[in-house]
Amino acid sequence: MRLPTLLLILAAMVLAAFFLGRQRALSLARPAGGVRSLHSLPKYYGYYAALGAIVPGVALLLMWAAFSDSLITSRVVASLPEALRNQPEAQLNLTLNDIRNLAAGQMFDESRRAEFAVAADLYNSLREASRKILAGLIVALSFSGFALTWFQLRPQFRARNRVEAAVRFMLVLASLLAIVTTIGILLSVSFEAFRFFRQVPVSEFLFGLSWSPQTAIRADQVGSSGAFGAVPLFVGTLLISGIALLVAVPIGLMIAIYLSEYARPRLRRIVKPVLEVLAGIPTVVYGYFAALTVAPMIRLAGQQLGLEVASEAALGAGLVMGIMIIPFVSSLSDDAINAVPQAMRDGSFALGATRSETIKRVVLPAALPGIVGGVLLAASRAIGETMIVVMAAGLSANLSFNPLESVTTVTVQIVTLLVGDQEFDSPKTLAAFALGLMLFIVTLILNIIALQVVRRYREQYE
Amino acid sequence: MMANDEDRTHRPLSPEETRRRVNAGLRRRYRSERLFRFYGICSVCLGVIFLLVLFGTIIGNGYSAFRQSFVRLDIHFDPGLLDPDGGRDPEVLSAADYSLLVKAALRELVPEADSRAEKRELNGLVSSGAAFQLRDAVMADAQILGQTRSIWLPLASEVDLWIKAGLTAESAAGMLGRLSANQRAWVKRLQADQRIELHFNRAFFTSGDSREPELAGVWGATKGSFFMLLVTLLLSFPLGVAAAIYLEEFARRSWWVDVVEVNINNLAAVPSIVFGLLGLAVFINFFGLPRSAPLVGGLVLTLMTLPVVIIASRAAIKAVPPSVREAALGIGASQMQMVFHHVLPLAMPGMLTGAIIGMARALGESAPLLMIGMVAFIVDVPSGPMSPSTALPVQIYLWADSPERAFVERTSAAIMVLLAFLLVMNASAVWLRSRFERRW
Repeated sequence: MRLPTLLLILAAMVLAAFFLGRQRALSLARPAGGVRSLHSLPKYYGYYAALGAIVPGVALLLMWAAFSDSLITSRVVASLPEALRNQPEAQLNLTLNDIRNLAAGQMFDESRRAEFAVAADLYNSLREASRKILAGLIVALSFSGFALTWFQLRPQFRARNRVEAAVRFMLVLASLLAIVTTIGILLSVSFEAFRFFRQVPVSEFLFGLSWSPQTAIRADQVGSSGAFGAVPLFVGTLLISGIALLVAVPIGLMIAIYLSEYARPRLRRIVKPVLEVLAGIPTVVYGYFAALTVAPMIRLAGQQLGLEVASEAALGAGLVMGIMIIPFVSSLSDDAINAVPQAMRDGSFALGATRSETIKRVVLPAALPGIVGGVLLAASRAIGETMIVVMAAGLSANLSFNPLESVTTVTVQIVTLLVGDQEFDSPKTLAAFALGLMLFIVTLILNIIALQVVRRYREQYE
Repeated sequence: MMANDEDRTHRPLSPEETRRRVNAGLRRRYRSERLFRFYGICSVCLGVIFLLVLFGTIIGNGYSAFRQSFVRLDIHFDPGLLDPDGGRDPEVLSAADYSLLVKAALRELVPEADSRAEKRELNGLVSSGAAFQLRDAVMADAQILGQTRSIWLPLASEVDLWIKAGLTAESAAGMLGRLSANQRAWVKRLQADQRIELHFNRAFFTSGDSREPELAGVWGATKGSFFMLLVTLLLSFPLGVAAAIYLEEFARRSWWVDVVEVNINNLAAVPSIVFGLLGLAVFINFFGLPRSAPLVGGLVLTLMTLPVVIIASRAAIKAVPPSVREAALGIGASQMQMVFHHVLPLAMPGMLTGAIIGMARALGESAPLLMIGMVAFIVDVPSGPMSPSTALPVQIYLWADSPERAFVERTSAAIMVLLAFLLVMNASAVWLRSRFERRW
């Protein structure tokens, strides 16, 4: 039985449980003096019965989904001939993949068909059996769950309270998902990162000056031993983000100042959403724009000036990334500037200051913490930005602060290391997770500081 | 404003002296005022110009991809070539070599191409997709065998580009250099015979990816994106609303709720690629879900958009005035009934707006999808959330990387399609907000 049919059957059982439960409540109430003798509305008895039917079934389904595949796989492995079973883990995984592909009837290397045919048949029959057992168990469990609730129903049964407690529990679970996600990110990424650090020392990763992740595939291969010093990546990331901030902060700040202090409300109403369109454009579009339009333009300009410009210069990616975060900086600065009380401006005007003097000496200093918070958030976004640099920045890890040279960034390397097929125990692949961990920690620190600064500042004037 | 130490005398200045000093500085101060204001205007203009240039580049590069050059050939469906046994067996018919028909029709039009090299040049004019189109025609209606039909077939992408560039010698030399002198002469002749026309490019909207630019389309990627967003919407909306309800209506202030809140705010700012790493490590390596499946993409995007939905939903719930809650509680509703019968319906438009904005963000996201294998070259249009597929932004990334020049206009056109979807989604969010927003 396929999963969709199973879910349909489950849904039908839940629906039936609801109506039966409600009916049961009504019939129980009749001799006791009608609906008014029930503790809760009849539908709550129905909900309760439906909960009884759905909770055990879904719990089983989730457990089955989590464990059945590994159980089947271990049975299949156990059935393999000695030589295949004792392969190293990576080889074994490849073999298992072949078996799965054969079982699914997909592309397969004909020459090895005979070898795996038995295993594939076993795999298929086990899966079939697993599906049947699952279907039977779910129907049985749902039914007994429903029966259990059925016998609990009395006119005085506090069905509403029970149902509400269950709903409340589900709400709590949903709100915990954010924490689970954070923990999931931390655990999964740092688990792989630690495997990496077992092969490459942390100090080499953090302070090494050369990065060339191509490792030898076979033991007897010469050369390309792999170097995992991430400093060139950090420098490249800082260079490109720095250029982006140099573009975005002045422009974004001036836009915020002009729109909130000078512009008429009508202009503000038109320009603000127009600029916010910039924030809504997908980053892949910016990347395309950077690679196709901006990079050649910069190279042409460099040639006119007699400068040597790499085709994937950091300047191009940085400029476009700057354009991308302009609305980010301007809307956060706008909030900070608008939070400055009008009385402070009025006081400054009363002393005879011009508008720009008021802005420079009163409004901006007062809004500074909020603006700094906004810039920090923008920086964290620039550091983590991926598509623009993947498409417009280079791959070679040059240790250089020259914006006309090609540099690479942390995110570019994560993408290049992980796109395509990979083996999961080579330091090359694991390095991506170590870089990811660095990225997560750095942006997390930036975000926490920024959010704290923004929040504390906001409270100050409220 | 301009006090310096020497001016600070104990005696107050006379009014004339004060006025003189102020006036002396005024001109400079007004100039700096005007300058500052000018900087402001410049920045706003720069922002708008960036936007215009961006859109201008993309539309300028991409609008031509919506039309495609076709050539009208008189195809003779020769049963001797296609079905030598005459059995009309569908399997035989589908395995036949239909490019022979195209070649024969071309040779009739250009009889002077004799040598092998010339024939190859001639056949290179028509897209390799033409044969598939003929096969589909025969498979749809076997009666066509033996007849001669005049059929519009797509031209190869180089020819297409040259035709769009105006058939000039400079455009051929400058942008392509790939069409030989013979080919250019033949194309001009076909053009003069009115056998070449620009038609609406249907293949772009109905087919999946292809190595041949003239056959490549966005339908596969669009469907992949659709399945992904479906999964994301089905998961992130209920979960996000549930979390928002708990945090706004039930949770009492405690360190625990603070932790959850800080977490949500931080997750909203975590780089998207980190979510991709999570998806790779957890969904693919740990749970063994298939690579390249929209289901996995949807799960990753769910985790990514959840904070957005939660934050928007909380704002919407907060906007419902307390009097509504008090009235409901006052006539005997339980807290749960108050929330689900009164607060939730009133907050729904705001929540939906937040969900649509979150979905729009998810639709444009590509970095995490690269991590979970959605960058594969996939020709087939996906049929469900488990079949391998790619997504619109990833398709754009893939095409942007392709060396063929004809993919430049297709990339831009795909971006236009993506932006159109985003426009529709954001416009509907704005509409929803203005239509159902209530001021209390």
